[in-house]
Amino acid sequence: MKTVMDEKKVVKAPRSEEQIKEKDSVYSIQNFNLWYGKDQALKDIKFEIPEKQVTAIIGPSGCGKSTFIKALNRMVEMVPIVKMSGDINYRGKNIFENKYKVEDLRTKVGMVFQKPNPFPKSIYENVVYGPKIHGIKNKKVLDEIVEKSLKGAALWEEVKDRLSENAYGLSGGQQQRLCIARCLAIEPDVILMDEPTSALDPISTLKVEELVQELKKDFSIIIVTHNMQQAARISDKTAFFLNGEVVEFSDTNQLFSNPTDKRTEDYITGRFG
Amino acid sequence: MQSSVRQMIKDKKEKNQSRAKFMEKLVPGLLLLCAIISVLTTLGIVFTLIVETITFFNRVSIIEFFTNKDWYPFFGDNPDYGIWPLISGTLMITGIAMLVAIPLGLAAAIYLSEYASDSVRRIIKPILEVLAGIPTIVYGFFALTFVTPVLQNIIPSLPIFNALSPGIVVGIMIIPMVASLSEDAMSSVPNAIREGALGLGATRFEVAVKVVLPAALSGIIASFVLAISRAIGETMIVTVAGGATPKLTLDVTESIQTMTSYIVQVSLGDAGYGTTIYYSIYAVGMTLFLFTLIMNLIAQYISRRFREEY
Repeated sequence: MKTVMDEKKVVKAPRSEEQIKEKDSVYSIQNFNLWYGKDQALKDIKFEIPEKQVTAIIGPSGCGKSTFIKALNRMVEMVPIVKMSGDINYRGKNIFENKYKVEDLRTKVGMVFQKPNPFPKSIYENVVYGPKIHGIKNKKVLDEIVEKSLKGAALWEEVKDRLSENAYGLSGGQQQRLCIARCLAIEPDVILMDEPTSALDPISTLKVEELVQELKKDFSIIIVTHNMQQAARISDKTAFFLNGEVVEFSDTNQLFSNPTDKRTEDYITGRFG
Repeated sequence: MQSSVRQMIKDKKEKNQSRAKFMEKLVPGLLLLCAIISVLTTLGIVFTLIVETITFFNRVSIIEFFTNKDWYPFFGDNPDYGIWPLISGTLMITGIAMLVAIPLGLAAAIYLSEYASDSVRRIIKPILEVLAGIPTIVYGFFALTFVTPVLQNIIPSLPIFNALSPGIVVGIMIIPMVASLSEDAMSSVPNAIREGALGLGATRFEVAVKVVLPAALSGIIASFVLAISRAIGETMIVTVAGGATPKLTLDVTESIQTMTSYIVQVSLGDAGYGTTIYYSIYAVGMTLFLFTLIMNLIAQYISRRFREEY
């Protein structure tokens, strides 16, 4: 783990002007609260998530970071006892409004999960699943989508000769990149990643991290991570969650080098969590 | 204190040693005996079937059995022993039953595993299983005294004994089997896979039909095959409501006879021991046994062959 991190630090280029420049926001969260039954999991969340950047969400276990990212594509509603108040605006529209179709939201906001969860189908079928349910049937178009998506997920070279094999024959890291390819296949606007590397080995983690750097040219990425070094390595903005609240949200550089809140400092210096 | 406990254990052990040794040897033997009883019973049944079937084929040629299109064993001097009318009756009942049970059972399974909330599932599943516990004779009377009159309102020419009514009721009887086994197979598909599809903007129905169903296919097909085998072997419903007219037909409104109801008819009637009619029930039973055996083998093969690893 250590060597990979060190390597990465050396490789990492200084931030370009372009990355620092202010951008439009994809998500604007206003006074958002969420309860599981009687337990409040998120309290008065309010911040803006910028476009085409990597926004990291860090914090100790149970601080609500996974809950938060699942609220962004309304996946959190799978839990029957969930209650919410406040607004989450995606591209200026409140996603909790009655007429907002959750399938439309999830078509534009892709998600990569903690554990790789490919379908028990072939590699090819995994990638074309999304385009197919959205009505794309032309075989040639689908073939192109598969190649483009797998290349986008840096998996093409490894699997191009065995697209018809079952996805479960891939390694964990390859499966996770397949899940990213599956997500890219419907060309989303935002990609949510819920601890995408927590089940992966260091080499696979490195590959996914490099991939995230590539992807942010075209997509806005929101990534939940346990790993502070990972947040520091790959993100532009970082939000620090604690007990369901956003303690601090700022540029990653600033948050890690010069945190304004004592609790942030305690966490990133490893005093708790 | 410690040493005294140690001492007590040691004493006990020495005292019980011979008995413990004896029990250790006896218990596996007893358990083996229990296990063997069911195996021996099966072998005994198969043996009886084979011996009596051979006796039957010594009197009636096996060629006639499989080529004659008539089954009139009670025709005094010139009986006909062609199995096909009984097979067609059995398959017709099975076919109707599957037409009822597969769509309804599968729909119920999809609802229970993909849509129903926990509380709804907790109410519906036990009720479904109660349906499976109703004695088949009750279903038989349900077919004869309720379903047949209802059908007669729709098809006025329908005779009291027909294939349609018991076929539908056999279907109703095996719905719980299809629903319950298919639901088990679908529920065991990990949630992570559903989330993956939902995360791509799939609707719940698309998730159910295009992800969960294929992933659970082996279990679902196995449930179909087991249900078919149950329908083939079903006896009381068809005896009560299906009639006793062995006929090589595909007309569901006609009175028919299945293999099982023929066996019942002969067993209850006055065919004397040692007559050809008496032996014929073994030949029919053997045919029935082969049908259900093949079905069960197919079910086993399918659930092994098409198991999707997840």
